[in-house]
Amino acid sequence: MKMVSAIIKPFKLDDVREALSEIGVQGITVTEVKGFGRQKGHTELYRGAEYVVDFLPKVKIDVAVSEDLSERVIEAISKAANTGKIGDGKIFVTTIEQAIRIRTGESGQDAL
Amino acid sequence: MEDIFNLRYALDTFYFLVSGALVMWMAAGFAMLEAGLVRSKNTAEILTKNIALYAIACIMYMVMGYNIMYPADGNGYIPAFDFSFMFGGDNVPAEVLATSADGWYDGSYYSGMSDFFFQVVFVATAMSIVSGAVAERMKLWSFLIFAVFMTGFIYPMQGYWKWGGGFLDGLGFNDFAGSGVVHLCGATAALAGVLLLGARKGKYTADGKINAIPGANMPLATLGTFILWLGWFGFNGGSELVISNVEEANAVAAVFVNTNAAAAGGVIAGLITARLLFGKADLTMALNGALAGLVAITAEPLAPTPLWATLVGAIGGIIVVFSIVTLDKIRIDDPVGAISVHGIVGMWGLLAVPMSNTDANFVAQLIGLGTIFVWTFVASFIIWLVIKLIMGIRVSEQEEYEGVDLAECGLEAYPEFTGTKGSGL
Repeated sequence: MKMVSAIIKPFKLDDVREALSEIGVQGITVTEVKGFGRQKGHTELYRGAEYVVDFLPKVKIDVAVSEDLSERVIEAISKAANTGKIGDGKIFVTTIEQAIRIRTGESGQDAL
Repeated sequence: MEDIFNLRYALDTFYFLVSGALVMWMAAGFAMLEAGLVRSKNTAEILTKNIALYAIACIMYMVMGYNIMYPADGNGYIPAFDFSFMFGGDNVPAEVLATSADGWYDGSYYSGMSDFFFQVVFVATAMSIVSGAVAERMKLWSFLIFAVFMTGFIYPMQGYWKWGGGFLDGLGFNDFAGSGVVHLCGATAALAGVLLLGARKGKYTADGKINAIPGANMPLATLGTFILWLGWFGFNGGSELVISNVEEANAVAAVFVNTNAAAAGGVIAGLITARLLFGKADLTMALNGALAGLVAITAEPLAPTPLWATLVGAIGGIIVVFSIVTLDKIRIDDPVGAISVHGIVGMWGLLAVPMSNTDANFVAQLIGLGTIFVWTFVASFIIWLVIKLIMGIRVSEQEEYEGVDLAECGLEAYPEFTGTKGSGL
């Protein structure tokens, strides 16, 4: 089982969600985050005083899928979240040690 | 004849009461404006300050302030102290109606209670100017204790010298609705407090950098400004004190128009000045510009033409932007710009009077300005200092970091939003 975590631009969330649903992903977790990579921030003025907007708002999507689905998930997210401009984000894949469905107690692949 | 007298008395009393109610509404305006310009972790506390100071003002002015400011007797410098207002009483109808037709407006032509009501909301306005300047780092209870002295004594004394018929009035000092008596007075008390309080942590760095600490809620700040604008029609309009004949009704209408025009001029001037200085349309400067325009015209909203009133307001709007930036440069931290809007522009308002009112002169205006400033500054400084020595006026560094909402009020203004934002200050 793999956890595919993607940090994307917030306005791309709907596109990514649709793309994932098309390949059969049934559940995702979404978190609002802030971050920067090589995109960096910019300076603004508030009542004459400078402040740096370093952290840009992003959205983090976590999808838990079986190993065979993970490749298609990565492809779907990459396509849907891409704008070609700096700040598009990154995808990280980690291995899930265990998964449990709380309502029924199922574990492993059955829980996904 | 009796019918006309009854009607005039009732109308002027009604007018006072409605104007007073409008000025009371300015308390809501200040509360929203300040709530919008501080950080979310300090919002509930400043709201508490605002509603509590209003209540304190009402009570202290009733107990002693009103009688100090409008005494039955006095030598022009020191009023005859009495504490009779709180025990009630008003004009006797039979005596009122027995006034001669010619001397009607020299007598008691409106309810004494309505006079108090109209005046008490002014002292609350002066006091609420202070709360914005000391926001985010002053102890709540220290502030409220200062409010007791400000509303019971400091404000009424300088109010007596002008509106109570004291020596400033005798000198020909002109201040129609209070650019000096209310706004400069409040701002001066604020300045004294801020000097003893110090800036917010992280606002200025040791190497001279000025950090921005953005306000948490622009819609509230804007709402507050509009509410103040509306309330100001009562503030200036009511200060004409009469409406019940053709001449006075016209005067009140002119005051409304000029008040509105000055605010409009202030908005545009503030907005354009900010755009030129900072490159973008800083909303907070437009809001401060509106208020600056209103403060500027408050000393003389009757005499100017609508065009001149607009210009007076516009000049106030330009002054306020430069003043805000300058105060920051000399490291006087004023989160909402209160000292600039009410103090610096209040001075402009006083000095602009002779330009449209031929009965006024610059010398008298300067004496009035100087007297109000020196009295209020010295008296406030002493009170603030005593409070500081006895119980302190500043919250601890830890409390300032966590937010005074939790430290002083034990609750949060926006409990569903957790964590600090952006800069982490």
